[in-house]
Amino acid sequence: MPTVLPGSLRPNTPGGIDIRADYLTLTRRRRMYTGIVLIVFIALFVSGFRIADMRNAGSFADGFAHVLDFPREVVIEAWEKAGNLPGHAARAFPALVETFNIAMVSTIVGCILGTLLALGGTRGLAYWPRLIPLMRRTSDICRAVPEIVIALVLIFVMGGGPIPAMIAIAIHTAGAQGKLFSEVNENVDMKPLEGLSSVGANWWQRTWLGVFPQVMPNYLSYSLLRLEINVRASAILGFVGAGGIGAELRNAMTFGQGKFDEAAAIFLMLFATIVLVDQTSSWMRNSLTEGRGGQ
Amino acid sequence: MLDVRNVTRVFGTNRAVDEVSFTLHEPGFIGIIGRSGAGKSTFLRLMNRLTDASEGEILFEGEDILAYQGRAARSWQSRCAMIFQQFNLVPRLDVVSNVLHGKLNRQSTLATMFNFWPRTDIMHAIDILERLGIDEQASKRAEALSGGQQQRVAIARALMQDPVIILADEPIASLDPMNAQIVMDTLKRINVEDGRMVIANLHTLDTARRYCDRVIGMRDGRIVFDGTPDQLSTDAAREIYGADESFNEDATSTAIKPSQAPTQAAALGVAAQ
Repeated sequence: MPTVLPGSLRPNTPGGIDIRADYLTLTRRRRMYTGIVLIVFIALFVSGFRIADMRNAGSFADGFAHVLDFPREVVIEAWEKAGNLPGHAARAFPALVETFNIAMVSTIVGCILGTLLALGGTRGLAYWPRLIPLMRRTSDICRAVPEIVIALVLIFVMGGGPIPAMIAIAIHTAGAQGKLFSEVNENVDMKPLEGLSSVGANWWQRTWLGVFPQVMPNYLSYSLLRLEINVRASAILGFVGAGGIGAELRNAMTFGQGKFDEAAAIFLMLFATIVLVDQTSSWMRNSLTEGRGGQ
Repeated sequence: MLDVRNVTRVFGTNRAVDEVSFTLHEPGFIGIIGRSGAGKSTFLRLMNRLTDASEGEILFEGEDILAYQGRAARSWQSRCAMIFQQFNLVPRLDVVSNVLHGKLNRQSTLATMFNFWPRTDIMHAIDILERLGIDEQASKRAEALSGGQQQRVAIARALMQDPVIILADEPIASLDPMNAQIVMDTLKRINVEDGRMVIANLHTLDTARRYCDRVIGMRDGRIVFDGTPDQLSTDAAREIYGADESFNEDATSTAIKPSQAPTQAAALGVAAQ
């Protein structure tokens, strides 16, 4: 008796008569759904675009041609006065240092606060287990408010300068790191902690000796990542009056033609700094994770 | 010396430890046996105050140690050392630091953070490691050591506490037979030479027979056997483990030479001194 029959010779089982026809129907139905979704998507996209275009000052089609006008002017002027660039860069350098310092201080302060929020918000590690929801919501709120909003409020209250920027970035950092650190804490091996408990160690001793050695590489790695983000944030906050390189860049750009060489110098310097910080921190993070024998 | 009265621990509806009572008058070597889930570990954790009891009292020299709270409870923990199946050392710290952790209860938090340990404590820690034969590993990270060595570091940490009682929760369950013997011999030596009480949860009968002065059998949270190792017959073991006629303890025995005399370990310890 043959084990495999050609399709035409196979006895028809009840319900299995048109496997092929059934499958083709299924395919047609799937195609129809895909088509409907595609039509709805295109309709939404086109109508949305038309509303946005109507509410703009000029039409998109007219404006699109001019999108490169401003960069072209900046580049042309900077190129003509290329000799001035080093001088401008040297003059703006203290402002760059200020921006970097804002980022550094706010990263350090924010990460320390984030560590406390994370420890207080992790089940099994918290000093007051009842306060875990409070700690978590606190870090949620700190994280949810954008630093530019906090900075604007603080600048309104305290006046311009680096301090409002620092506080604003530190608050946002505390919230973000509180979340990241507490996820690291979730994976802590509890056995060393139990061992330390059994000798009668108090909470601080258990945390210092049992938790920190385990989580430190991850904490440092996330903190370096946050430093990269904070350098950019601190430059942006300069635009709203927080001092540093952002303020210099805004002054140069709003002055318009005649100062574009200065704007270009600042922009190049800022770009170089961000690339440098990113590269250094990613190199350090790699050596942190790989240098310890892949823990 | 130690008087355990009706100690009970309830998890949900499950009575993990159910009205356990026994009395010890001298610092002997006590083995607790029973199958997994019989409540052996929970009982040791109650004694060390890692877990709170639901009912009952444990009187040590007249004081109820289950009533201690906060600082007093931690102070009791420093006098009642515990050894774990998985060693529970801090893997990234070196061996001597791990041993010094035995002194944490008598060390201020600030001194701990700045890693300040008195010179005498450091010397004492190395002396203990020397006594246990692992002083050569002193500066290595704990995670770099073998299981048997890590367990001896854990015992050194316990000795650093200068405890009156050493609780050992399945101390040899994750070790090979050779290392298991070294660890058990060490515990016996500490019991005989230092006169410290040792209460150990054991998972093999031959270990219990060979090292213990008294064996307590637990089943479903209750004590079902309490006697000398000689009284621990195969029938008694079947009762403890709830096993039938097919139960054969030789099948899972980890002993290399079952005929070795129980006192030999102690004799070895004295000779090594």
